[in-house]
Amino acid sequence: MAENVIELHDIRRNFQVGDETVHALRGVSFVIKEGEFVTIMGTSGSGKSTLLNILGCLDTPTSGEYLLDGVPVRNMRRAQRAILRNRKIGFVFQNYNLLAKTTAIENVELPLMYNSAVSAAERRKRAIDALTSVGLADRLEHKSNQMSGGQMQRVAIARALVNNPAVILADEATGNLDTRTSFEILVLFQQLHKEGKTIIFVTHNPDIALYSSRNIVLRDGRIVEDKQNNNILSAADALAQLPVSDE
Amino acid sequence: MNAGNLFKIAWRALFNNKMRAFLTMLGIIIGVASVITMLAIGQGSKKSIQAQIAEMGSNIIMIHPGADRRGGVRMDPSEMQTLKLEDYEVLRNECIYLSGISPNVSSSGQLVSGNNNYPSSVTGVGLDYLDIRQLTIAEGSMFTNMDVQSAAKVCIIGKTIVDNLFPSGDDPLGKVIRFNQVPFRVIGVLEEKGYNSMGMDQDDIVLAPYTTVMKRLLAVTYLQGIFASALSEDMTDYATEEISEILRRQHGIKADEDDDFQIRSQQELSSMLSTTTNLMTTLLACIAGISLVVGGIGIMNIMYVSVTERTKEIGLRMSVGARGMDILAQFLIEAVLISVTGGLIGVLMGCGATFAVKWIAHWPVYIQVWSVILSFLVCTFTGIFFGWYPAKKAANLDPIEALRYE
Repeated sequence: MAENVIELHDIRRNFQVGDETVHALRGVSFVIKEGEFVTIMGTSGSGKSTLLNILGCLDTPTSGEYLLDGVPVRNMRRAQRAILRNRKIGFVFQNYNLLAKTTAIENVELPLMYNSAVSAAERRKRAIDALTSVGLADRLEHKSNQMSGGQMQRVAIARALVNNPAVILADEATGNLDTRTSFEILVLFQQLHKEGKTIIFVTHNPDIALYSSRNIVLRDGRIVEDKQNNNILSAADALAQLPVSDE
Repeated sequence: MNAGNLFKIAWRALFNNKMRAFLTMLGIIIGVASVITMLAIGQGSKKSIQAQIAEMGSNIIMIHPGADRRGGVRMDPSEMQTLKLEDYEVLRNECIYLSGISPNVSSSGQLVSGNNNYPSSVTGVGLDYLDIRQLTIAEGSMFTNMDVQSAAKVCIIGKTIVDNLFPSGDDPLGKVIRFNQVPFRVIGVLEEKGYNSMGMDQDDIVLAPYTTVMKRLLAVTYLQGIFASALSEDMTDYATEEISEILRRQHGIKADEDDDFQIRSQQELSSMLSTTTNLMTTLLACIAGISLVVGGIGIMNIMYVSVTERTKEIGLRMSVGARGMDILAQFLIEAVLISVTGGLIGVLMGCGATFAVKWIAHWPVYIQVWSVILSFLVCTFTGIFFGWYPAKKAANLDPIEALRYE
């Protein structure tokens, strides 16, 4: 039996906007086990960004309990949560968020820079390994402005992998990419899934759900659907069927 | 998170913005360089004045007859007759803090030698006078005790007198010059001393035995002044006190009466001039200090802009595990790196500018080590002080807001 990586118990999150209280999450509960590839879907305003922030320990719930890898997060202080993010979470953002004028390898090293337990030599080795695993072994010294969107997203994924996190959180990770490149990135995520990584992919694109193992749909701060996908499509096949572009 | 990594992160961030970092540094560079140069100029002029005073004899003590108000009419000190030859003799015999003492009487008039004449004055002095005034004989010799006792008509002359009375370049030694019809034989020529810091020609001088001047030129029994030198500069105060005590006793002055003489030491002059140059140095340092503060504000300004511009980067760093403290440290280190690098360049440029002033303008300069260290410390402090606020702002950013920032 796989371990619980994420446990949410009746998570609520309220925001105070002027005199009004906005209920972004109205009691969300689910458990994600190790090795799952979960898509969280919802329209804008459904609370998926708020949920992502809470899952990523960037924000804390107003009430309810969140256990990340067995560690209760709700009452942690900012600095403690920063350390938790550093060790347990890998973020992949829609707009890559790479450091400008910085080489791929330095970008990937970044999370390890904030972990003094990792030596400079090991940091470099792990960054090279991560970049190799996303297929960028030949782009180590390329700067972020010398790469295509797909390559930048691969660097970002390598950065999310480098600290060997308990969970990878992807926020619309294919949102800025064309169809072909999106599928290439999806292939990568599926490959990581096969290797046993836990992935949470937040998106509003329903197609993505076809390639994940489980799909959670949010609406107005509540879960309206949560089902296993027993017929996972292969992104690699989909990529092969795409008409060859004029490269 | 260790300091080495933070340092590396800050260094990369600066390196990625070389031009901006340099422009920010410029304020600090100019500030530090001007502090060092200004202080070097100020200290240089102070040193040169001190050296000139030392040249005149820093331990010199001058005794003049003082204000005699007993008659109700104030008189010119040189007309007063309160300082007698006996005073000199008593001081010479009793003072223990003096290394030399000499009477001083002077008569002005026209010097004549052959076809040439020159207006000057003959100063009657004792044998110690050369030591007291730090004069040296270039040619010939000083008059002797015998000359003093016999009121011999001999004299020692300075370079200006030589040039004016013997313009053709004749050797003045052994020549006879006339002063107010009295013939004096030149037995020595003083080494050239040039102008002093007050602009007085120190070579326009004729020295003769004081007995000669008193008896043969002025026909007086009083002295216009007594020159003495203390054993060392530090002992000037003791010597002054001692002289005052002896003279009051000698003149029978009661405890509640004022002195009928004045004692002045070179130290007073020295401290007066020091005050002036210190004031100047302080003013220069203030101006330079202000430019350092302006440089610091430049750092703050740029760091502030930099924090805003890099909000997204800060958000990313936080999302991958940077704590507020790490962000604070990164921006502080950046600010300090800018100010310290700027400070180092400023020190080099300040020293360069100082030597340029020395070579081009020929001003006396003197770089003090403490001014270099001080300005360096100040600019490091400036970096921390002015870097703190923007760094704090960066550290307090909310990672969610920062990531969303466009």
